[in-house]
Amino acid sequence: MQCPKCHAQMQTYNRNGIQIEQCSGCRGIFLDYGELESLTRIEAQWTQQAPPAPPAPQAYPAAPAPAWGAPQHHGGHYRHKSFGRMLFSS
Amino acid sequence: MTTAVVRALGALAHRAAHARPEDICACPPPAVLADRADGTVVRSGPVVAKAHAPGTDTPDLLTRLSLANDPRLAGIFLAPLQPRPPVPSITIQGRPVTLWPHGRPVDPGDPDAAPWEEAAVLLAGLHLTPTPPSLALPPMRGPAKASLAVARMCAARPRDPATTAVREAWHRLPAWARGEAAAPSHRSRFLCHGDLHLGQLVRHPAPHGPWLLIDVDDAGLGDPAWDLARPAAWYAAGLLPPEVWLRFLDAYRAAGGPAVRAAGDPWPELDVPARALTVQTAALAFAKSAAEGRTPDEVEQTMIDACARIATLPPELAAEPSS
Repeated sequence: MQCPKCHAQMQTYNRNGIQIEQCSGCRGIFLDYGELESLTRIEAQWTQQAPPAPPAPQAYPAAPAPAWGAPQHHGGHYRHKSFGRMLFSS
Repeated sequence: MTTAVVRALGALAHRAAHARPEDICACPPPAVLADRADGTVVRSGPVVAKAHAPGTDTPDLLTRLSLANDPRLAGIFLAPLQPRPPVPSITIQGRPVTLWPHGRPVDPGDPDAAPWEEAAVLLAGLHLTPTPPSLALPPMRGPAKASLAVARMCAARPRDPATTAVREAWHRLPAWARGEAAAPSHRSRFLCHGDLHLGQLVRHPAPHGPWLLIDVDDAGLGDPAWDLARPAAWYAAGLLPPEVWLRFLDAYRAAGGPAVRAAGDPWPELDVPARALTVQTAALAFAKSAAEGRTPDEVEQTMIDACARIATLPPELAAEPSS
């Protein structure tokens, strides 16, 4: 098969089960009907399977805390009605 | 029964507010400021009357009132209105009654306005004040109150498996922190408030006077770290934001407070009292929620979770520092 653009010889490669023709001269790629969609779908699957991005580093409290301290702070509780009562009771 | 006490306190406060009780006045009706097992407090105009807890040790209360009256503590403790030295002249249903000037409390609806730095400076001043030699002060009642809270939980929820972690965290505390032994001698001779929380501060004269500590019922000699331990416990449990905790701690240190080392990690001193206050708070959460026929809410659960972590600490981390 010849390249439709430069007429050099096309070579066939198999990528993820999809036949791809690439020109040995201009490096152009020729996809058959539906092959672009197949590649896009496989790319999407690859992205989903990729390990999740590392979590943003947690805000580490600048103040020292005891060994039994909470692993994280519940910022929202400061204005919680129940904590309000706790702040004012024995 | 409580209503009768409230009425009597209101009448007493109102009478104390007027030089001549027969004067016609426009005082608003007396207002109940607190009505709990540990005290009933009623305000009439500029005067507040408090019926102390049933079973209050009257000689100890008188010593504590003398402390609040001591000129060395002017500017730290609100002084009672009764004559000096205070006399145990009034009782209602067997409960000793004291009279106080009204002060403006912390606004419970505005936690951002809470005077954390002022509280810290007052505590540092209290802890730095030498014990008045004339006063035979009893121990501060922090450990005793923690013990009472655990007893209340056990009575309210007998054999409830949910309370296991709280009880285990309690039993891992050293005996002194459970009120079963004297505090280590090098830390037991400081003047302490004994029950610090945001309800223990008022501005006097109201509304713009300086902040003062109130409620001498639990004051006495002990480990001053106990007075920092409730905010410390809230911070450790993840409830009090680190920046608020640091405002409090840094203000205490800047004022020369002796409860924790001047710089660096304060937790060697705070650990045991903060664990005791964590247990106390969780135990009261279990007792109160049982009385209200509900399960602990998410904030209360945060303190219970902290107990679970304390209960599973490796022994070397649970041991009291030897220093």
